[in-house]
Amino acid sequence: MALSAVTKSVSKFTYNTFFKRESVYFSTVVVGAVAFSIYFNSAVDNWWDNRNKGKQWKDIKDKYVKPAEE
Amino acid sequence: MFSRGTAKFFKSAVGSASKRFSTESNAKASASNLLFKASVATAVGSGISLWYLNKNTAHADMQADGLHPPHYNFPHTTLLGTFDHASIRRGFQVFKEVCAACHSLDHVHWRNLIDVAFTEDEVKELAAEYEYEDGPNDQGEMFMRPGKPSDPFPKPYPNEEAARAANAGAFPPDLSLITKARHGGADYVYSLITGYCDPPAGVEIREGLNYNPYFPGGAIAMAQNIFDGVVEYEDGTPATASQIAKDVTTFLGWASEPELDDRKKLGVKAVLLFSTLTALSLWIKRNRFSSLKNRKIVFNPPSNWNTPTKK
Repeated sequence: MALSAVTKSVSKFTYNTFFKRESVYFSTVVVGAVAFSIYFNSAVDNWWDNRNKGKQWKDIKDKYVKPAEE
Repeated sequence: MFSRGTAKFFKSAVGSASKRFSTESNAKASASNLLFKASVATAVGSGISLWYLNKNTAHADMQADGLHPPHYNFPHTTLLGTFDHASIRRGFQVFKEVCAACHSLDHVHWRNLIDVAFTEDEVKELAAEYEYEDGPNDQGEMFMRPGKPSDPFPKPYPNEEAARAANAGAFPPDLSLITKARHGGADYVYSLITGYCDPPAGVEIREGLNYNPYFPGGAIAMAQNIFDGVVEYEDGTPATASQIAKDVTTFLGWASEPELDDRKKLGVKAVLLFSTLTALSLWIKRNRFSSLKNRKIVFNPPSNWNTPTKK
């Protein structure tokens, strides 16, 4: 009983906040897509770099880049 | 191949999966279930056969087809591994000092090495060691100038005829795509350049050819070139023959598939996203159809349904 009340209020809140007005809905989709792609890409990239640590160019390039002359 | 228990489990798993995502009525579902099960069984069966054929390295004519190379664990041939870029850097040195005397690398330009194994400054210095023909100048004459990062890697011979004339009729193949172009890929290249040995009894090798069991036919014009200490590495890695062969194989693997690192990472992202979206869409389909599938149409006849009406 309590749980269904919670779900109901959550979906009501979601509907009223994000879905009710077309302008808000559209902005939610766009902002959500951008935020998700940033989060998802950085999460996978971090995992990937961690898994291949020491092998990629960015891990070894410090040995070869000459310090910039000033 | 499967025990009866496994088969039963597999059958019930497939059955319940197709039921879970299906909203068709039961009679129809059993017919399409049968078709689905038959397709899955065919796919699994042929997949296992192909896998076995691929894994089984013994075959009928290993003398003519070349010995199948063993599998080596190059990091870039694993499912989620990138190239070992320090190895690409050493491998380029090996290629330049050993292989490039006879082999061309047509598809690789100096600039391709930037941020892969060398810095931009290093690549500029490397390219400038070679002379390239350019022109015409304002007198209409061609002239020589030092190389730039936009130049291709220099060719050892101007054309195929010159290459054949210099190598007793044998043409050293271009190595740009060699790990893609040979059966066995990186494993083959590594096995070939480390696999030279004396021919077995009864096998005669013509003058000018060398015996190599990994080369189809066994007689290869290229002589053994990779020995301990044939190059000296700047990073202090011991230059054993197997280390040199591994590094140059990694370099040639990169030359064939420079996009490999990015491609694999993109693949991980695509599999993650699309599997989530597939699960989501199957669930949404069930969710949306549930009200349609569960509805009950009730006909409430009027009280005078059976009573004939009087005119």
